[in-house]
Amino acid sequence: MEKIKISQDEVTHVAHLARLEFGEEEKEKFTSQLNDILRYMDKLGEVDTTGVEPMTHAIVQKNAFRMDVVGESLPPDLSLANAPESRGGCFQVPKVIE
Amino acid sequence: MELYSLTIHELLDKLRTGETSSVEITASVFGRIDAVEKDVRAYITLMRETALAEAARADLAIRKDGIGALTGIPIALKDICCTNGVRTTCGSRILQNFIPPYDATVVERLRAAGAVFTGKTNMDEFAMGSSTETSFFGATRNPWDLTRIPGGSSGGSAAAVAAGECIAALGSDTGGSIRQPAALCGVVGMKPTYGRVSRFGLVAFASSLDQIGPFTKDVEDCAILMNVIAGYDPRESTSVPEEVPDYRRFLARGIEGWTVGIPKEYFIAGIDPEVEAAVRQTIRVVEGAGAKCIEVSLPHTEYCLAVYYIVAPAEACSNLARYDGVKYGFRSEEGRDLMEMYKKTRAAGFGAEVKRRIMIGTYALSSGYYDAYYKKASQVRALIKRDFDLAFAKCDVILTPTTPTPAFRIGEKTDDPMQMYLSDIFTISTNLAGIPGISVPCGFTAAGLPVGVQFLAGHFQEGRLIQFASAYEKQAHIEKRRPTL
Repeated sequence: MEKIKISQDEVTHVAHLARLEFGEEEKEKFTSQLNDILRYMDKLGEVDTTGVEPMTHAIVQKNAFRMDVVGESLPPDLSLANAPESRGGCFQVPKVIE
Repeated sequence: MELYSLTIHELLDKLRTGETSSVEITASVFGRIDAVEKDVRAYITLMRETALAEAARADLAIRKDGIGALTGIPIALKDICCTNGVRTTCGSRILQNFIPPYDATVVERLRAAGAVFTGKTNMDEFAMGSSTETSFFGATRNPWDLTRIPGGSSGGSAAAVAAGECIAALGSDTGGSIRQPAALCGVVGMKPTYGRVSRFGLVAFASSLDQIGPFTKDVEDCAILMNVIAGYDPRESTSVPEEVPDYRRFLARGIEGWTVGIPKEYFIAGIDPEVEAAVRQTIRVVEGAGAKCIEVSLPHTEYCLAVYYIVAPAEACSNLARYDGVKYGFRSEEGRDLMEMYKKTRAAGFGAEVKRRIMIGTYALSSGYYDAYYKKASQVRALIKRDFDLAFAKCDVILTPTTPTPAFRIGEKTDDPMQMYLSDIFTISTNLAGIPGISVPCGFTAAGLPVGVQFLAGHFQEGRLIQFASAYEKQAHIEKRRPTL
């Protein structure tokens, strides 16, 4: 039996963090596939990374500053044009507070 | 010879002498689309009417002001590049009705250079895939064998160029998504250095890896497109304010005296023997052109895939958090409150591969696992980059196969994500290190499937890659075959 890296309960928890949901059958398939993938990642444990600075960007770059001036931006009607629902110049969502 | 089968530089010559017009070229391309698109399925959205209007304007402009870098040339865009007023789906249900209110910088630049846009090409959903099978709009087929995949994620762009359904195309490459389909469809594809081409208006997948680049029929066309799309963009804070050379100047310089690194880790068990033979032949060709080949080592190669499948999903799960059914895109009507609406929208809007990667990324970044996965992967990434720095101290370019196998069959790997991921094994390291890479056709298998060879160089050395690829192309005498469709 290969080591379980992620259980079905953990899959449910991670799905919630990612704002996803799965049916029972889908969850089983995902759990098994995620375990395969995560077991493959164990390979990285073979590499000695003591003292290695993590690399999060491909090229060395300093902060890209610009002047704090008002530029052109999208007008409200265009900003709302793709919204599934909007009202009174605002994005509309289902009820948040009971 | 039909106009649709010619290159950009051949067509520009004909436009310059008045031998043909953009309207004729564009009509030829759409005639070809009418004939073969039902089999290839390279496009998600065709832009026929606007293309013909743009072509008519280009013909007027040629008479009035002469010819620009791309005046009147029909070009396809991967459906990940935002186009003002034209829907941009990223191959996903969640964006199936999204109409961007602005153009991506690359689209603006092509437009300013006079290009005619044929349409938006098919792709794996959110560029996550190696076969163009994860598209919500159905799979694209390989023009060389319609039972096979064109590669991915930019499979639609590669197939469209190979089939003559456009003259050239743009794609995006996060782990090989330009070079792998270019190899499998027998065309030229380049991933520029990270920061060379603006990502403004490119729908984000993994922001530290994504880069836009060209698909073309030859290396000269690649140089022509790079001249137009490369350069600093103040709207994109990771684009680099470094001067862009005229890439065409590198075309005829030759490679006498160059040193070519052959990484021993890229010729491994599991590589298809016909692919290996074709790539070994390229070594003889470049030696014939005066280059010296030496063995180099990239010792962390075997860890690239594991690093990539942590880093890319980690960045993707953050980038894809924006698809919440509020500001744009699909919204499920089933949710009774906000949280339910989010979950049901994302559950119905994303396909299986996208969800898998969101899950991996969220898990790798979650409390308690961050150090073991994301931090560890970022450290190994630094070692992969260092491997390249050390190798480029000894050679001018590196030569590798682009892919381990020729195009595989549709459906062959869809149920086994790990097998699918392995098809990017030779292209991923380039993105992790941020260096440029180009795939160039280097022959065919006995069954008639194209094979590609990949050349890599140091940061901002696209000119060197074009010089090398162009010298190779001139010496290789690869048979000028076309897919029979």
